[in-house]
Amino acid sequence: MDLDFTAAHEEFARRARAWLAAHVPPRPLPSLETEEGFAAHRDWEGELAADRWSVVSWPEEYGGRGAGIVEWLLFEEEYWAAGAPGRVSQNGISLLAPTLFDFGTPEQRARLLPPMARGETIWAQAWSEPEAGSDLASLRATARRACGGWVLNGQKTWSSRAAFADRAFGLFRSDPTADRPHRGLTYLMFPLDADGVTVRPIGRLDGKPAFAELFLDDVFVPDDDVIGEPGHGWRIAMSATGDERGLTLRPPGRFLATAGRLVREWRAHGDPSDTALRDRVADAVIGARAYQLFTWAGVARGAAGESLGAESSLNKVFWSEHDIAVHETALDLLGTECGEWTEGYVFALAGPIYAGTNEIQRDLVAERLLGLPKGRR
Amino acid sequence: MRFLLDDEQRAFARSLDGMLTAAGTPAAARAWAAGEHAPGLAVWRGLGAAGVFALAAPEEHAGVGPLPVETAVAFVELGRHAVPGPLVETVASVTLLSRLAELGVPDPAKRLLPGLVDGSAAATLTLTGTSTSTSTGTGTGTGTRALDADAATVLLAAGDGEVRLAPGHTDPRASLDPARRSAALLPGGERLASGTHADAATRRALDWAALATAAQCLGVGYALLDRTVAYVRGRTQFGAPVGSFQAVKHRLADVLVGLAFARPLVFGAAVSLAGGGDRQAEVDLAAAKVAAGDAAHHAARAALQLHGALGYTAEYDLSLWLLKARALRGAWGGAGEWRGRVVRAVGG
Repeated sequence: MDLDFTAAHEEFARRARAWLAAHVPPRPLPSLETEEGFAAHRDWEGELAADRWSVVSWPEEYGGRGAGIVEWLLFEEEYWAAGAPGRVSQNGISLLAPTLFDFGTPEQRARLLPPMARGETIWAQAWSEPEAGSDLASLRATARRACGGWVLNGQKTWSSRAAFADRAFGLFRSDPTADRPHRGLTYLMFPLDADGVTVRPIGRLDGKPAFAELFLDDVFVPDDDVIGEPGHGWRIAMSATGDERGLTLRPPGRFLATAGRLVREWRAHGDPSDTALRDRVADAVIGARAYQLFTWAGVARGAAGESLGAESSLNKVFWSEHDIAVHETALDLLGTECGEWTEGYVFALAGPIYAGTNEIQRDLVAERLLGLPKGRR
Repeated sequence: MRFLLDDEQRAFARSLDGMLTAAGTPAAARAWAAGEHAPGLAVWRGLGAAGVFALAAPEEHAGVGPLPVETAVAFVELGRHAVPGPLVETVASVTLLSRLAELGVPDPAKRLLPGLVDGSAAATLTLTGTSTSTSTGTGTGTGTRALDADAATVLLAAGDGEVRLAPGHTDPRASLDPARRSAALLPGGERLASGTHADAATRRALDWAALATAAQCLGVGYALLDRTVAYVRGRTQFGAPVGSFQAVKHRLADVLVGLAFARPLVFGAAVSLAGGGDRQAEVDLAAAKVAAGDAAHHAARAALQLHGALGYTAEYDLSLWLLKARALRGAWGGAGEWRGRVVRAVGG
């Protein structure tokens, strides 16, 4: 049992560190949930891509470096430690790309991945609907067969980044006669400026248009923009959530960097006699280290051929609650005036809700990891 | 990077698990609480024969170590089986004496280690004063009281720039965990070391005590979780297993989250300790101590609640782990002290 990295891994991390030191903007970019900030973050994606640092784990032919999971995690540690900007391409890179690698055609990969890597196409997700949230399989938006493609109708909502993004991907009901709700769904992609698409931005808690509603009215999608077999969308979408290559893991580097920042704030501004607050600063450090080591343990098990499966639900509950606690501590230390910590706090508050609510994750932990019987949700 | 127990380490855990299951440790723990040490000391000799105490000692003193990862593996099993006795204190004493030998004071190790390593003797240890750590040094040890002194033949008092063999102890007093009785060590006795040597050896003992306590907490927590999962699967109310209700499921899911994220901290601390006592090791040991103590405590609270009144009875074996989880959380320094250490030691 060890935590030692090979010379090649160390070298990879050193090169990332050197590049980041030379390129990370000296001042934080404007919030990526604003039009101005979105554009600035898109430019940053281009700068990363120009030197092949935007998607290190992808094959070189699509703009990556073919990095393994250890290198990718080390890159992420360096990335966040350097104070680099948030990733506006996150949805595409971590959710759509793994699906394209596993289920897309060579034509789709060649056409879609390089502009994603360069930040030229920013992707939004189109999963949830007004009546289909945690119970996603009950979704109603339809895909009707048409000559050479499909016609989409219905409404999607809580579509992160859709206010300023270029394209979206999601699930649509293509076979209304299928016997079970999660059958007869098809995974499709469409431009957000296509005829028949209306994007209505929604202000999150602080008013910034971080997500949007999408209204689809006879939107034509060519067959080329279907991923995998029509009717098999559920399996395809779910497989991306547990992607074994680790492209979708929430990397610990971000939490390590945030904990380090909080410790510096504490040393600069904390009252040493306030041991209650000091204990919460300690918990930020402890939680980030726990998450980092949990991740390395998962990587080691993956390398040994073990499947992690429902453990991703443990992960999600842990980091989302940790993230809120850390930001709560920062606000108690520094106050609630607008700045990096308040922006981070508002973002953190969404964590237990998106990507499968923590209530759903706890059900999965209890049923799949502890073996408790299924019950009513 | 291979942050994973190897086959040999897993086999070691399985063999200890098998041995302790066969030994009937709950009965030994109850006897221990009643002051009858014989069944517990029989288990103790078995642990010695299995090499548990040799893991902390170097080869020149009858050991096979120092092996912190294997020690953590063993202590998870000791916690899982609610094994009574001054386990942490003995391992900490072994490392203290080993460190003194490294520093050129070999006589105490030569004299005392063989018995401690082979399981024919047990040690207890108290830390006192300000020299015990790089921190404030307050509140370490069992409040300067010695655990299970009446079952130990080696009574060590460390701190304030000296390590001594105490000549005896006061009458043991009961504590919340009836299997953990504490006494004060008497003043005087033989001074084994003083000054910087004593301080360095005492720091080593504290590091290993933190690791072993954290690992023991983890095992206690997993035992509580496993027993509670089994119970709620079988217990039926309103025509359904209570484990099918969301309120029950979610509470147990949170217990698993706590334990699953404490576990890598415990083994991370062991790896850091094996790599030398650097700053990362100091953070990792403190993090493990805090997280495992909290996780076991939360497991205990959930286990009691979900067992209902049954769990509140002394007769039911769950009580052995419930009370141990609470006692271990504060053993070798409370969570506040260790959290303070995290903030002081971490880079920023």
